[in-house]
Amino acid sequence: MPLVHAVNVHKSFHHNEVLKGIDLDVESGEVVCLLGPSGSGKTTFLRCINQLETIDGGRIWVDGDLAGFVERGDRLHRLPDKAISTQRREIGMVFQRFNLFPHMTALENVMEAPVRVRGRGKREARHRGLQLLERVGLGDHCDHYPAHLSGGQQQRVAIARALAMDPKLMLFDEPTSALDPELVGEVLTVMRELAEQGMTMIVVTHEMGFARGVADRVVFMDGGVVVEQGEPKHVIDNPQHERTRSFLSRIKAEHDEHARAIQEGLQVERG
Amino acid sequence: MTAGAVTGSGLEPTGERPGRIDAVPVRHPGRWVAVAVVAVIAALIINLLVTNAAFNWSFVFQAMVQSPVLHGLIWGTILGTVFSMVFGVVLGVVLAVMRLSENPVLRAAAFVYTWFFRAVPRLVLLSIMGTLGILWQHGLGFGVPETFARWFGSSNAALSFATINANDVFVGLIGGVVGLGLTEAAYMAEIARAGILSVDAGQTEAASALGMSRGKTMRRIVLPQAMRVIVPPTGNETIAMVKDTSLMLAVPVSAEMFFQLQAIGSRTFQTFPAEIAAVVWYLVIGTVLMIVQAQLERRFGKGFGAMTGTQQGTIARLLSFRGGMS
Repeated sequence: MPLVHAVNVHKSFHHNEVLKGIDLDVESGEVVCLLGPSGSGKTTFLRCINQLETIDGGRIWVDGDLAGFVERGDRLHRLPDKAISTQRREIGMVFQRFNLFPHMTALENVMEAPVRVRGRGKREARHRGLQLLERVGLGDHCDHYPAHLSGGQQQRVAIARALAMDPKLMLFDEPTSALDPELVGEVLTVMRELAEQGMTMIVVTHEMGFARGVADRVVFMDGGVVVEQGEPKHVIDNPQHERTRSFLSRIKAEHDEHARAIQEGLQVERG
Repeated sequence: MTAGAVTGSGLEPTGERPGRIDAVPVRHPGRWVAVAVVAVIAALIINLLVTNAAFNWSFVFQAMVQSPVLHGLIWGTILGTVFSMVFGVVLGVVLAVMRLSENPVLRAAAFVYTWFFRAVPRLVLLSIMGTLGILWQHGLGFGVPETFARWFGSSNAALSFATINANDVFVGLIGGVVGLGLTEAAYMAEIARAGILSVDAGQTEAASALGMSRGKTMRRIVLPQAMRVIVPPTGNETIAMVKDTSLMLAVPVSAEMFFQLQAIGSRTFQTFPAEIAAVVWYLVIGTVLMIVQAQLERRFGKGFGAMTGTQQGTIARLLSFRGGMS
């Protein structure tokens, strides 16, 4: 069985159906990018995988375990909160807005869950925390509070914090969307290294360069369904569906517009 | 911005670049008038305090250190405040968590509690505390209620675990502390609720995503951040509580500072200086508490860009009254 096995996933918010039957398998070690316009349900689907949202229909299995429910007889029983927490430990999540704990230093953020949830010793957790911060290039920032770190640094601490739980799967919810353009690169670099080390990753992103260069597969979603998926070069360079094509050309236009604005800005400065 | 824009300004280009500014400051004549008025009023007050014999300062300071007064200060005023506030804060946080719970029964119970204790005045409640013993004239029993016990053909005594004299519970300092603590919990519940709601939902999500349980998320992540919002009004509540311990005379509680000073006042016919003695003690306690509050605010402001270490003195911060004088 694949690491993530989602079948016919449905989710509504107040009669507004956001996910209309998503099927998706992610193999262990695979990097999958979810693309699509805003409101297409990518983020909601990601949040369903680690049960920040409860699904209304379908099933999701993570590492062979049915997420959120247990099947007894021929009925599904909702799992108690404690069991759901146990399932979530195996899944790391990185948020668009970082969501670091502001009252803790970078190192304390990284140590918190291993110590309080896994029950590891403080010394062991500290040692591992320092290693992880080193790995995301923030070894000398471990005593800084999040308020004294840049957005890019905060997001890298958030990645280290998720990795500290030794997750089998990492979910990234638009990890670079809240960053200033010059800070995007440092976060993508860390993510790229993580992918090269074999981490299973599902990434919601608008960074086409990352999707093309790092993803094993891209999944294009629109209107709560998967429109098409495949190797990045096939989907991005040669989309089969009209909706994929118009989305990609809009992204490209925005990107070109951005590049032109920067060019003009540079010319004005020089003149 | 282009280089051409500079020549368009009001000054003719002289070839020399403008240097250091040494401008004439704006005069504030109104400020000097205010200083004069305040100085006159201050002088009048000081004159009154020093020269009016009715203050009888030597009596004031003597009264302040009488042993029943000190006993009342420590037990009724200081410990009464500490116990009432601990009682109120703990119960208040529990009520706040109940108010925010998904369980409708807990929500309703917390609402009814808050509704009742916010509506009843403290003085009235404390006075009732003193007479509450009337409800349990045969002692306050813990066990299966008599009515139920009779249905099952058992006598009350057999199913009662412990019986205590109700008057022991409700009269005196315990009654006062319970009365003050119960009302305080209703106010603290609102303060704690506002604090908990002030914490971004993303914090709870991040903690959940790491596999933390709800209880742990509340204790380790939400409450420490909520403290930043909870501490300042709790400080005010504590200072108000110091003052409201004087209401315990309605219970009545004799081991309380103001009660004792009034007693001294009426025994010696020096009512006014005795009351002034109480004022001086309240000022001392109030000052100490304001300093403690400023320290706590700094501690829980950690990581929120608040001042750390000794960047700004506590006293200076107190005197600045948030925002500072201009």
